[in-house]
Amino acid sequence: MFRRATSTFLSRAAATRRFSTDVATPAADSAFVEAWKKVSPNLDPPKTPFEFLKPRPPVPTTLPTKLTVNFVLPYSSQLAAKEVDMVIVPATTGQMGVLPGHVPTIAELKPGVLSVHEGNDTTKYFVSSGFVFIHANSVADIITVEAVPVDQIDASLVQKGLQEFTQKLNSASTDLEKAEAQIGVDVHSALNSALTG
Amino acid sequence: MAMAAAMRREGKRLAPLISSQPINNTLRSSLTSPLDQTSIGGARSISTQIVRNRMKSVKNIQKITKAMKMVAASKLRAVQTRAENSRGLWQPFTALLGDAASVDVKKNVVVTVSSDKGLCGGINSTSVKISRVLSKLNSGPDKETKYVILGEKAKAQLIRDSKKDIALSLTELQKNPLNYTQVSVLADDILKNVEYDALRIVFNKFHSVVQFIPTVSTVLSPEIVEREAEAGGKLGELDSYEIEGGETKSEVLQNLSEFQFSCVMFNAVLENACSEQGARMSAMDSSSRNAGDMLDRLTLTYNRTRQASITTELIEIISGASALTG
Repeated sequence: MFRRATSTFLSRAAATRRFSTDVATPAADSAFVEAWKKVSPNLDPPKTPFEFLKPRPPVPTTLPTKLTVNFVLPYSSQLAAKEVDMVIVPATTGQMGVLPGHVPTIAELKPGVLSVHEGNDTTKYFVSSGFVFIHANSVADIITVEAVPVDQIDASLVQKGLQEFTQKLNSASTDLEKAEAQIGVDVHSALNSALTG
Repeated sequence: MAMAAAMRREGKRLAPLISSQPINNTLRSSLTSPLDQTSIGGARSISTQIVRNRMKSVKNIQKITKAMKMVAASKLRAVQTRAENSRGLWQPFTALLGDAASVDVKKNVVVTVSSDKGLCGGINSTSVKISRVLSKLNSGPDKETKYVILGEKAKAQLIRDSKKDIALSLTELQKNPLNYTQVSVLADDILKNVEYDALRIVFNKFHSVVQFIPTVSTVLSPEIVEREAEAGGKLGELDSYEIEGGETKSEVLQNLSEFQFSCVMFNAVLENACSEQGARMSAMDSSSRNAGDMLDRLTLTYNRTRQASITTELIEIISGASALTG
C-alpha cells in the first residue's frame, strides 16, 4: 500500500517536472533523450546542435523577391542573412547564378570568384573551394575555407606562384606531388583570371 | 594552599628547566619548547611558528591561483572572439542534414574533445562520462564503439577501462594557436584511419563564462546519409536537392561529409578551448577565495596563540615573583 502511494507521488512529481523541461528540448531529439534516460537516468543528456540552430525562414508559397545569403568562413561570418538580388558562385561545373526561387541544390565549389549582386553594387570575393547549399526557402549557404576581396590580391605574387607551380608540375615524380602541383596551378590560374576577368 | 597547588602545577612545567641533569635538560627543552607549550591547564596549543608557516604557504597559494585566474581570463578573451566567429560554420550543415543524434548505426566513433592541462573544474570528467554513456547507448549485437581522444585529460581517464576501444589519441593540440588548417589535417587523419558509420563529437559548448553545455554533434558517413535519405524522416528532403559538380552523387556526398566533419571539429575544438579557460577561471577564483578564508581563520588562530603565550609568560613571571617574595 505504501509503495503504491510513493509511486503515485513520484509519478505526479515527475509529471510536473516533465512539463517544465518539455519546453526546452524540441521534439526532434526525443528519441535520443529517451534512449539516454534508459541507459543513464542520473546524467543529463548532452545537447545537440539542432537546439542551437538559428531559426530558418519557412518555405514561402509565392516566389520571394530577395535571396537570403549566409556566407561563412571558419574565421568569420562574412554575410549573415543578408538579402541580395543574386549571387554568382564558382561551382565545379562552371559559374552558377543563383536567383531567388532557385531549385534546391547542393553544389561543390572550385577556386574562383564569388560575386554578390545587391541592387547596383557588386562585391567580388575570391574563394577557395567549399560548398553552397540552396534551400527551398531561398536561403543560400555558402561555406568556404578562405575568401579574399578581389581588390586585395597582389598580381605579381599570383604570376610568381603560377610559374612556381607550373615548374613543380613539370618536375613532379610521384602522384602526390603531381596532384599538389596541379592544385597549385589551378588555384593560381583561377586567381589570374579573377584579376583579369 | 592555592599557591602551593599553583606552584606544584608550575613545578611540573618548570621541572625540566631546573632538573639536575643538564644534558637531559637541554635535550628535553629542545624537544618541548618550540613545538609544544603547555599552558596553565596542562593542555597543549600550537605554537605561533607553525601557524606562521601555514599562513605563508596559504598566502603563496592565493597569489598563484589569482595569477592563474588572470592568465585564464586573458586567454579566454583571445579565444572567445574566434569561437563566436566560427559558430556560423556548422549551422548550414545542420540546416541541410538535420541532426541525427538518435541514428542507429553499426560502427560508432566517439570523438572526445578535452584539455591537456588540468585545474579546469569538471569539464573533462563530464565529457568522459558522456562518452561512456554514448558508447553504452550504442552497444548491442554487432555494434561497436571506438574512441578517438583529443587531449591528455580524457586519455588518462578512458585508458583505464576502455583501452582496447581507443582507436586514436592526439595530444598537444594547443601548442600553436588553433587554426583551420591544423584541424582539417587532424580530421583527415581520423577519417583515413578509423572506419566509421557515424562520428559523434563530444565537447563543451561555451555558453557563458560560468556555464558550459555538454554537446554532442553527429556526422554521418555518406552511405548512412543515403540510407537515411531513402528511409525518409529528417533527411528525406535530401533527394529533392539537385547535386551539381562531381561525377556522381556519392562523390559529392563524400566530400560533403568530410567537409562537414572538419568544420564541426573546428568549432568543437574552439568551443572546448573557451570552456576550458572559463572553467579554469572560475576554479582558480573559488580557490583564491578559499585561500583567503583560510588565511582569515589562521590569522585569528595566530593572534589567539600569540596572546595566550604572552599571558602565560606574564603569569609565570608574576607567580614566580610572588613565590619569591612571599
